[in-house]
Amino acid sequence: MNALLEVDRVSKSFGGVAANREISLSVPAGAVHGLIGPNGSGKTTLFNSIVGHHPLDAGSVAFDGTRIERMTVPRIARLGLLRTFQQTRVYGAMSCVENMQVSAPHRTAHGGVLLRRVPAAVTERAEGLLEFVGLAALRHHRAGSLSFGQQKLLEFAMALMFRPKMLLLDEPTAGINPTLINGMIDRLVRANAELGVTLLVIEHNMRVVMNLATHIYCLAHGRLLAAGTPEEVRNDPRVVEAYLGGE
Amino acid sequence: MSTSANAARQEAPRGGPLSGAGPRRLGLAVLAAAAVAAPFVAPGLQSQMAVLWVMVVLALTWDVVGGQMGYNSFGNIVFFGAGMYASAVVQRALSLNAQETTTAGAGGAEALLAPIQYLGGLGLGLACAALVAVLVALPLGASILRLRGHYFAICTLGLGVAAGEIASAWDWLGAGSGLVTPLFPEALGNRNRFFCFYFLALAGACFAVLKLLYRRRFGLLINAIRDDEDKAEAMGLPTIRAKVVAWSVAAFFLALAGGAYGNFIGFIDPLDIAFSGATFGVWMILMAIMGGRGTLWGPILGAMVFHVTQELFWTFLLGWHRVAMGLLIVVIVTFLPDGILGWVRERRGGAALAEGRRA
Amino acid sequence: MQLLLDGLLVGAIFALAAYGMALVWGVMNIINVAQGELVILGGFLTWWLTTLGIHPLFGIPLAGAVLFAFGWLLYRTVVHRLVDRDLFVSLLATFGLSILLQQLMNQVFGADIRNANAGLGSTYLLGDGVVLANIKLVAFAVALAAAAGLLLVLRRSRAGRAIRATSQNARAARLMGVRTDRVYALAFALNAAVCGIAGALVAMVWVVHPFIGITYTVRSFVIVVVAGLGNIAPVVISGAALGDAENITGFLLGAEFQTAFVFLLLVVILLLRSYLLSRRRQVLR
Repeated sequence: MNALLEVDRVSKSFGGVAANREISLSVPAGAVHGLIGPNGSGKTTLFNSIVGHHPLDAGSVAFDGTRIERMTVPRIARLGLLRTFQQTRVYGAMSCVENMQVSAPHRTAHGGVLLRRVPAAVTERAEGLLEFVGLAALRHHRAGSLSFGQQKLLEFAMALMFRPKMLLLDEPTAGINPTLINGMIDRLVRANAELGVTLLVIEHNMRVVMNLATHIYCLAHGRLLAAGTPEEVRNDPRVVEAYLGGE
Repeated sequence: MSTSANAARQEAPRGGPLSGAGPRRLGLAVLAAAAVAAPFVAPGLQSQMAVLWVMVVLALTWDVVGGQMGYNSFGNIVFFGAGMYASAVVQRALSLNAQETTTAGAGGAEALLAPIQYLGGLGLGLACAALVAVLVALPLGASILRLRGHYFAICTLGLGVAAGEIASAWDWLGAGSGLVTPLFPEALGNRNRFFCFYFLALAGACFAVLKLLYRRRFGLLINAIRDDEDKAEAMGLPTIRAKVVAWSVAAFFLALAGGAYGNFIGFIDPLDIAFSGATFGVWMILMAIMGGRGTLWGPILGAMVFHVTQELFWTFLLGWHRVAMGLLIVVIVTFLPDGILGWVRERRGGAALAEGRRA
Repeated sequence: MQLLLDGLLVGAIFALAAYGMALVWGVMNIINVAQGELVILGGFLTWWLTTLGIHPLFGIPLAGAVLFAFGWLLYRTVVHRLVDRDLFVSLLATFGLSILLQQLMNQVFGADIRNANAGLGSTYLLGDGVVLANIKLVAFAVALAAAAGLLLVLRRSRAGRAIRATSQNARAARLMGVRTDRVYALAFALNAAVCGIAGALVAMVWVVHPFIGITYTVRSFVIVVVAGLGNIAPVVISGAALGDAENITGFLLGAEFQTAFVFLLLVVILLLRSYLLSRRRQVLR
């Protein structure tokens, strides 16, 4: 199978500190892959490099057959590659439904689309996805008034609203109520299985990532330390050492 | 999800200061009737009312970019002044032409025009004003709206002052002494009443268009930009396009206001009337803030309260009234940054549903 | 040559006001739009001295001292409410302050153009080819000395250390026992003082008028944007460059376009900056 996302020897340093050194990974269409590593190992930097937040020092990134390493964030997003944030980012003063409506894709690229009403079908889909993440009851509340965990769910639903081909999720379960974690995992799995969204997930919780991902990459000190199935990675002595020594 | 229930929910809780769909429509009709009747009831206040409606347009248009979109512009006055000059230049060219053909130069430079000539000139002038403003706004918006925060605010401030300085240095536009607009023909009746109704109609149109736009995707987009532009970019939203449209809509209505304001006053001064950053330029911001940023009714309310306050200052503090205005700005901004509507909402216990904002 | 030299000397005054702005911006994260009015106020004080028959050079320390006190007062009454607030609030509030000060000066000093002539004569260079008003040399020296003095205060004194600590991390400084409120007051007062000194020089070298303050605000901003918030040398260099550029355009296009040029330069520089950053996939904040 062809890789949907192909990261090839990407390097990025900030003021002399190498955050990513020659990292290569590839995610096939339809897969769920995990990205792990101790704090400060360069996971979020790699996400930022992929989606176009900052220029790369070296290396290339291809998404769905297109080279994207020189594109800007909005263009990459319009290709169908979205990311969520570790600290949630929602439109705080707007209601949940509005957050969803505005996230609908608008690939017809001319100005007239701005002046159109929000189609009923979009609103319906928005309501449906809010139901999917369990926020239907709160749909007219201000997004900024939701709890952290609820905002994470909303952010995830907004990303799905866009009908992305692939989602990069930055610690989707961090900071949320432990009882909600299983619900979140369940929804990630269903989004992958039912909506066909390819996922690359940064995750701290080893139990979560082992259950979720079919293939795992482990970063440490900006380098790719190990890669393989959950079994292989868990038993890799270097990974064990990085976690025990690093934290 | 049942769509009918859902549609009903969307319609119902849009209430701003006047809530409930039926009473609200009634209230709007009463307000409109009062606004139309007012010039006949109090003919002495017609010129005041004309200025009031100009203020409403200024506050409403500022709020598109400054309130709903969260881009704090200090330079929207550029479009007001540009519209004024464009309209005046067109009208002067036409009126010179008219004098040559009809009165054979008998009446001197400022001969009276026939009503039809005057109206024709004003109409064409306004059309050109709107066109020029939008043509300026498109490229300007596409570049300046890429700036954020402090840089955007200061850049627009510079733009506003630069426009005034250029107008007052450029001979073709009359330089520092400005331009005189055509005399209002007596056959059309009272000048103040004429412009009072023009500006009222403009304010009404501006309100209606914005109300419509805010309910479309456009409204959602500019609100998203206000709340978190980085997120909006990361979600692939057409942020630049939305920003340029917002800026151009504001420019369009500002130019239509400015284009007629020159005729209403009778002459154009580059720094005190057209590009008056220290008066109209900052008042429009203040009015929007005073009423409540990011709401449709806030700027209107703000404009009314502000205009009355300003007139009182003018009457009772003659000479010092501008000092008082400066003080008022500082006081309002430091103590009432959410405006009257924001304050009222807070007092009501902050039900704070998103609907309230877009009343 | 004449233009370049004049621009260079005048630019030092701009740089002084810009350095004050950088101080307040860096420490309090506030852009003081009323910066120019503080400059003009210093100028009017100096002019007022001359009407009493006192030599305008005494205006330099006087303007510095009075503006220091005035800056402290402004901080206590208005500016302290702006720290940690939405940047829009601080911009608009200082903009309101600027209008307030303009109008107050208009009422108190009148709307006439004023100049405090120091009567120091001129120096002729290059066989009379270049005329140099001595006062400009004095102004240049004073501006540099004031800037150096400010730098010394920041580098060496206890208060200066507190200011620098606060600008780097206000919360940490507060935890370490720095009274940040006083630090802010001091920073704003120091800024007002250097503006006052710059204003005294402006009144002697050139003219003051209640409504031209905004040009000094924008000049300061341009200089800070180009030079950054950090060191003094780039500030002085860009100040001088700005003075030169202004003089040359004034000469080429006519003096009436000189002010417009300053503002257009601002717009162009900001756009250029954003363009360069966006090429590197970054957004200007």
